[in-house]
Amino acid sequence: MSSAAPDRNEVEPLIETVELRTHFRTPRGIARAVDGVTLQIRRGQSLGVVGESGSGKTVLSRSIMGLLPRNGVIREGSVRYGGEEIGNRTPKQMRSIWGREMAMVFQDPMTSLNPVMKVGKQVTESLRLHLGMSSSEAMAVAEKIFRDVRIPEPTRRLNQYPHELSGGMRQRVMIAIALACGPNMLFADEPTTALDVTVQAQILDLLSEQIRDRNMSMLLVTHNLGVVAGYTDEIAVMYGGKVVERAPTKVLFSNVKMPYTEALLQSIPRMNQPSHSRLAMIPGRPPDLVNPPTGCRFAPRCAYARDVCVREEPPLVQAETPDHTFACHFPVGSAEYHERRVELNRASTTTAEVL
Amino acid sequence: MAGTGKAHLRPEGEALLRVEDLVVEFRIGRTGLKVNAVSGISFDVLRGETLGIVGESGCGKSTTGRAIMQLPRATSGSVVFDGRELTTLDKEEMREVRTKVQMIFQDPISSLNPRRKVRDIVMEPLNVWKRGSKDEQGAAVDKILEEVGIDPKRAAESLPHQFSGGQCQRISIARSLVLEPQLIICDEPVSALDVSVQAQVINLLEELKKAHGLTLIFIAHDLAVVKNISDRVAVMYLGKICEIGPSDGLYTKPAHPYTKLLLDSIPVPDPNVETRKVVIEGEPPSPVNPPTGCRFNPRCPSASDRCRSEEPTMREIEPGHFVACHHPLFGGDAPVTVRTD
Repeated sequence: MSSAAPDRNEVEPLIETVELRTHFRTPRGIARAVDGVTLQIRRGQSLGVVGESGSGKTVLSRSIMGLLPRNGVIREGSVRYGGEEIGNRTPKQMRSIWGREMAMVFQDPMTSLNPVMKVGKQVTESLRLHLGMSSSEAMAVAEKIFRDVRIPEPTRRLNQYPHELSGGMRQRVMIAIALACGPNMLFADEPTTALDVTVQAQILDLLSEQIRDRNMSMLLVTHNLGVVAGYTDEIAVMYGGKVVERAPTKVLFSNVKMPYTEALLQSIPRMNQPSHSRLAMIPGRPPDLVNPPTGCRFAPRCAYARDVCVREEPPLVQAETPDHTFACHFPVGSAEYHERRVELNRASTTTAEVL
Repeated sequence: MAGTGKAHLRPEGEALLRVEDLVVEFRIGRTGLKVNAVSGISFDVLRGETLGIVGESGCGKSTTGRAIMQLPRATSGSVVFDGRELTTLDKEEMREVRTKVQMIFQDPISSLNPRRKVRDIVMEPLNVWKRGSKDEQGAAVDKILEEVGIDPKRAAESLPHQFSGGQCQRISIARSLVLEPQLIICDEPVSALDVSVQAQVINLLEELKKAHGLTLIFIAHDLAVVKNISDRVAVMYLGKICEIGPSDGLYTKPAHPYTKLLLDSIPVPDPNVETRKVVIEGEPPSPVNPPTGCRFNPRCPSASDRCRSEEPTMREIEPGHFVACHHPLFGGDAPVTVRTD
């Protein structure tokens, strides 16, 4: 719809959410899956959304796209696409945007493809529907896209069913479907989690190449910080339905502020650690979204939490570098952080001595 | 790659588990075709050692784990556990061996009975084998639940779905430990979990291994996780072992081109590391019709004519570090230059 006019301007974000809230009615009460998220994605930019299961990252991407169940959902706040409010649109009104303007690549390529329809037909479906192509025109375009996403023998593959393809090939088909109508915005929800490392690298390279060539924006949802490090411009870390830290990718990795982000980074097993080294872990589990803890939602698991963290929720504040925001009373690098750190180190050495 | 040979096996008797020339084939319907899931691999695991097995989907790593348990029985080859040949045991004898060899599966939620209380699930093996009185059984279960960090009281009144994925994996671990096994085969035990929870489960496995004197086989596709927990790592490709060695050595100095490509494919959590362009093309060929010679030759950057005709055998290139490759990255004769572009 609105792809042409306003977003020529580089300053205008392609996607903007303001205080977006998506709550679900459940038998236990209201689950606050997304609880006040404000973010912008510029044209050509890729944003990584990182967090544990249940942090609200998938619901966030689905809320922006308007792919939510019809019943039991409470939505608040605004979603703007190219300057236009789309947060209040019905699925029927969104259909002109889905596929053509925004597309999504899902995690599990087996269950998201129609098992009884040839993959060629699944790609041409949207071309015919949205762009009004004839079936032979659409087939020709589909073949070209298959070539773009490097599916070998595209003509033969178009006539196959999903079960005849490997996991990596199926994910390429998913990407081909998403790219078919030339969307401006691509949502990729854990696109490589179900795949092998070798295939993961291929798919991520393919995605970033297509984003660049087509000047698209991408929102990449993942729990793997290794994946976002190499393939995004900016990162938003989510915890308990909120964005708790946001920064350009390089800044985030070199200057972490939020102890949660730091803990996430430390819990990745590294190749350069000797084997059997004890992995840093985050104790406990993600918060209950029906009864979230008061104050900072990470406080119950945070090694640096103090009384104030449990009482008062820290606001999202600006770090010293531009575009870097975080929500923490005692960020990494603060005097209180260091003080606690020294205590923790002393405690661990004394335990070691006792042992 | 995938080579044959047993140069890497340690003297008989030293190992708790010794697998030789293991072959597992599956027939495809009535087509007369066979899937060569595991094509003649040999390895051993010493008492108290952790062996990691890595490889892509379809390389036969899970089938190997299951074939040790005789689930299903191997097509040919031998599996010797604690001095006993398992492949010739009858059903009843094998049942008894399974009290000493336990398995933990990938999906913790679907491997627990959804309609039984968690404490009963963990108690079940003791019931089946009639170990001790009711009270002794209860005490043993509570002790093991405490050890894996699950509240026994809660376990007595809750069903598996009331626990998170990480907690369910802890429950599976408790169930596998309750009979005091010697060997635990962990098949992708953490791949369904979040990174933060993964670390909890791995640390727990390390603690339990020490406390109970366990021997572990750790099967996974995540190389970093395998490295951390293992003493020795075997890399599998299309039903064969291509490299096996001490975990630190194998990761810092991979000798097989496939191991190197696997390592290079891992995304590095550091934006300053330049992302390498696709390091490995394509996907493993079908195990129905594997390539001749070294099975990795169609994807290998240093493949030569010899690799296409002759299957490499295992040889030692460093103490304890073995590779099955005609042109290893070090320790071989005149390696063919590896394409780096």
